[in-house]
Amino acid sequence: MIRVLLPAPLRSLARVSGEVEVEVAGTATQRAVLDALEARYPMLRGTIRDHATQQRRAFIRFFALQQDLSNDPPDEPLPDAVARGTEAFCVVAAIAGG
Amino acid sequence: MSGVRLLVGTHKGGFILTSDGKRQRWEVSEPFFTGWEVYHVKGSPADPDRLYASQSRGWFGQLIQRSDDGGKTWAPAGNEFAYEGEPGTHLWYDGTPRPWKFMRAWHLEPSLTERDTVYAGVEDAALFKSTDGAQTWKELAALRQHETGPTWAPGAGGMCLHTILQDPTNPERIFIAISAAGVFRTDDSGKSWRPVNRGLHSSYIPNPTAEVGHCVHRLAMHPSRPDVLYMQKHWDVMRSDDAGESWREISGNLPTDFGFPIEVHAHEPETVYVVPITSDSDHIPPDGKLRVYRSRSGGDEWEPLTRGLPQRDCYVNVLRDAMAVDTLDSCGIYFGTTGGQVYVSADAGDSWQPIVENLPAVFSVEVQTLP
Repeated sequence: MIRVLLPAPLRSLARVSGEVEVEVAGTATQRAVLDALEARYPMLRGTIRDHATQQRRAFIRFFALQQDLSNDPPDEPLPDAVARGTEAFCVVAAIAGG
Repeated sequence: MSGVRLLVGTHKGGFILTSDGKRQRWEVSEPFFTGWEVYHVKGSPADPDRLYASQSRGWFGQLIQRSDDGGKTWAPAGNEFAYEGEPGTHLWYDGTPRPWKFMRAWHLEPSLTERDTVYAGVEDAALFKSTDGAQTWKELAALRQHETGPTWAPGAGGMCLHTILQDPTNPERIFIAISAAGVFRTDDSGKSWRPVNRGLHSSYIPNPTAEVGHCVHRLAMHPSRPDVLYMQKHWDVMRSDDAGESWREISGNLPTDFGFPIEVHAHEPETVYVVPITSDSDHIPPDGKLRVYRSRSGGDEWEPLTRGLPQRDCYVNVLRDAMAVDTLDSCGIYFGTTGGQVYVSADAGDSWQPIVENLPAVFSVEVQTLP
């Protein structure tokens, strides 16, 4: 199981608290994790990545193991610790405004 | 006893305000979709407990929510608004071509007769339709693909399709308005569209009487006379008596003919309401006085309505979707402000009282008259 940490507004939208877990068949990649996440929580479709382009939204970033994975290719394998479920894949909403 | 339910969209969530037919005492709901921009909430005329809401946020994009119990509970609906075909370009502020890009849904207009049918007016300007209760959306693409589409340019708030009026006597006829393209009409349920802007004069565009390019802020129609349309344009209050074929100015004695909302009395088709605002850039009430203006002659002659409204030190705006009328015998008028006040008049505008005074900036106000 892949552990995913969502920002608070998306946890509220998906009606979950804390981390969620999704199952990925095959290699755990950003695309596979997000596909599984959206399949389990359809209300998240379009909120993390654009419906049409599948591009990450500008104010969303992806982190794991304190590394910024936002600009990694979406089909690149995620770190082993994420794939094994010992570390969470973090969807982070930018702190913007002021 | 009959009552009213106000559906209020704000900068930081939605609210429902309810009262009985006297409209003196109000209950204000907890916010829903807190922290999100709620551009519009509207109920189905075919089923008042069916509500649709447009919820968006810069971080997470557009959501559409649906309620089947009058707003007690909500469930996310479909939020995929895909332009038909290759979207092409429109003009940007600087006159350069810019690809069409979906930004948000400004306005949701439920069908007059089918609870599962709802239209969405979106930015960048396009009209979408759902026939399955907002689960899926299909563009009525002939509008955006009109031959003038590549020349449309945004108003200051974005290139939004903000007004959708359905002709209650002709289900195939719909009027829409776009800032800053103007008014378009279909007579075949959206298969084809044509601009209906003759008579508009906009000195701020290269050709002031062009077929398209006018910054129309809002349209209003009385259901008993669907060929009579009222318009608040960027400047000028206008009227058409022939379903948009021609327009004439009715600004008359207004202190300024700039503004955003325009509404028609529920039982008097010649009684019209506007909220004059200074401009081009100020967007505040003249002299710090919040005044609704009413014409009982279908325009030209206007009277200020001030009783109960702040008449000094008031610098709020009233946005285009933030005024509504109920259908009770004594027609109720409602509007919300960018300062977070929502006002009611239970006597057709003669006197006003605030329902709430400290909401987030109000984007939209709709009212449902309940049995």
